[in-house]
Amino acid sequence: MLDTAKAAEIIRAIAVRMEAEKDFLTQLDNEIGDGDHGINLERGFKAVLEKLPEVENGDIGGLFKGVGMQLVSHVGGASGPLYGTAFMKAGNILKGKTEASAADFAAAMEAAIGGIKMRGKSEPGEKTMLDALCPAYKALSEAIDGGAELKEALEKAVAAAKEGVEYTKTIIATKGRASYLGERSIGHQDPGATSSLYMLEEMVKCL
Amino acid sequence: MKKLINGVDSVEEQMILGLVKSAPQKLKKLAEGNIVVRAQKKEGKVALVSGGGSGHEPAHGGFVGEGMLDAAVAGAVFTSPTPDKILAGIQAVAADKGVLCIVKNYTGDVMNFEMAIDMAKDEDIEADYVVVNDDVAVKDSLYTTGRRGVAGTVLVHKIAGAKAETGASLAEVKAVAEKVIANVRTMGMAISPCTVPAAGKPGFELAEDEVEIGIGIHGEPGTTREKLSTADETAKKLLDKILADIDYKGQEVVVLVNGMGATPLMELYIINNFVQDYLKEQGIKVYDTMVGNYMTSIEMAGFSLTLLRLDGEMKTLYDAKADTPALKR
Repeated sequence: MLDTAKAAEIIRAIAVRMEAEKDFLTQLDNEIGDGDHGINLERGFKAVLEKLPEVENGDIGGLFKGVGMQLVSHVGGASGPLYGTAFMKAGNILKGKTEASAADFAAAMEAAIGGIKMRGKSEPGEKTMLDALCPAYKALSEAIDGGAELKEALEKAVAAAKEGVEYTKTIIATKGRASYLGERSIGHQDPGATSSLYMLEEMVKCL
Repeated sequence: MKKLINGVDSVEEQMILGLVKSAPQKLKKLAEGNIVVRAQKKEGKVALVSGGGSGHEPAHGGFVGEGMLDAAVAGAVFTSPTPDKILAGIQAVAADKGVLCIVKNYTGDVMNFEMAIDMAKDEDIEADYVVVNDDVAVKDSLYTTGRRGVAGTVLVHKIAGAKAETGASLAEVKAVAEKVIANVRTMGMAISPCTVPAAGKPGFELAEDEVEIGIGIHGEPGTTREKLSTADETAKKLLDKILADIDYKGQEVVVLVNGMGATPLMELYIINNFVQDYLKEQGIKVYDTMVGNYMTSIEMAGFSLTLLRLDGEMKTLYDAKADTPALKR
């Protein structure tokens, strides 16, 4: 079970993690992109922390919507619209809920991924955050269908996302700036898939 | 990192403030955000809005003014501005004929501009956009995000800007912008990388005798790494790629020899010396040439070559008056 206070704790933990991983994410992005992924996410989540007190006393939907708006208006690049849209779509599903069941969480994650696909005009297999998030969602929803609690299901999701990040090392980027490198993008792990994995890991730690 | 800055967090805003202070009668910065607009808003025309990450100076703020842009929205270095800031730029300059955004084809730029245009439409502002994709280094295929928008964007600003100044409709200005995009091609290379201030170290490293061919404008590596050769051989390599892409034979062109930020004019002129002779040999007539820093990657050393195939309309609009800090005609 996830309540608004727990959701806010997760967001704070993600912000701390993004600050800690800023240099590593930027280094990954330098290899195949333009070297700003960590910098942008750190800046975006810093803005999220400033906004959090205004949105953490209502429903989870409002909290996620507030997070999404801050990311859209402070991150820039491609990751701002993508993560921002993801949180806003998840917020839509959780609107009015101060407590979310495992099934609610799965529905929110499905909507978030749908938002990323729509905004990025992308599908899994293109060396993007979807290569972590889509297998993670599949593992999560299967675990929940099998009767698992949210924490256990999210642990499965993290394991799948880790494999997804590894998988991004083996494929050519066909979306985003890394696509310009063609075969030179092979061997490098995708920064967006990596930051998505970190977010899922922080969720598990907080539950 | 060795840079003349006052701190990594103040780079973008102080750059915009300094640009505006260089032409205070003509430009102003909006109170919120790194957005440059004309000092006097012009009614009765389509407003042109462009923008992108900082680090490409004089693009795009340096092209705000009569005959070119109405607003330029600067994001963080090499990072697209966010939709709320782009929307603020659109709102500030929107007159009765609508707004055309000129967007370089980079995933982040396109996404943020699309979101901003959706928001502008919600406020009943007539807004549309074109995406510039002039970079022939990148294959335009299903397997990439498509060609990048690079230095050719400046010529889209110039010619679409002149069209807008005539009082043409949004559809007409968009059509001219699309025509420039269809006829402009660019290819670039680097001999040394650049450092994003907030990152503190270069985006890639090159040995003393190595170059990157097919770079974009964000300090990212190019499509191939090669040994350094002469200016003429390097320019020929870039030109051949452009000439193989669309047919320029017997056509009139505008040539843009663009420095990436740290290339001396001396070297750009050496490049241009070859370019002019080579184009003549190929039966291509040069109508006009621009040499200098128009679309840069901070302190990257290297250059790009741009060719625009002209027709009568584009020629007239290219020759129309422009009065901006970075381009006067």
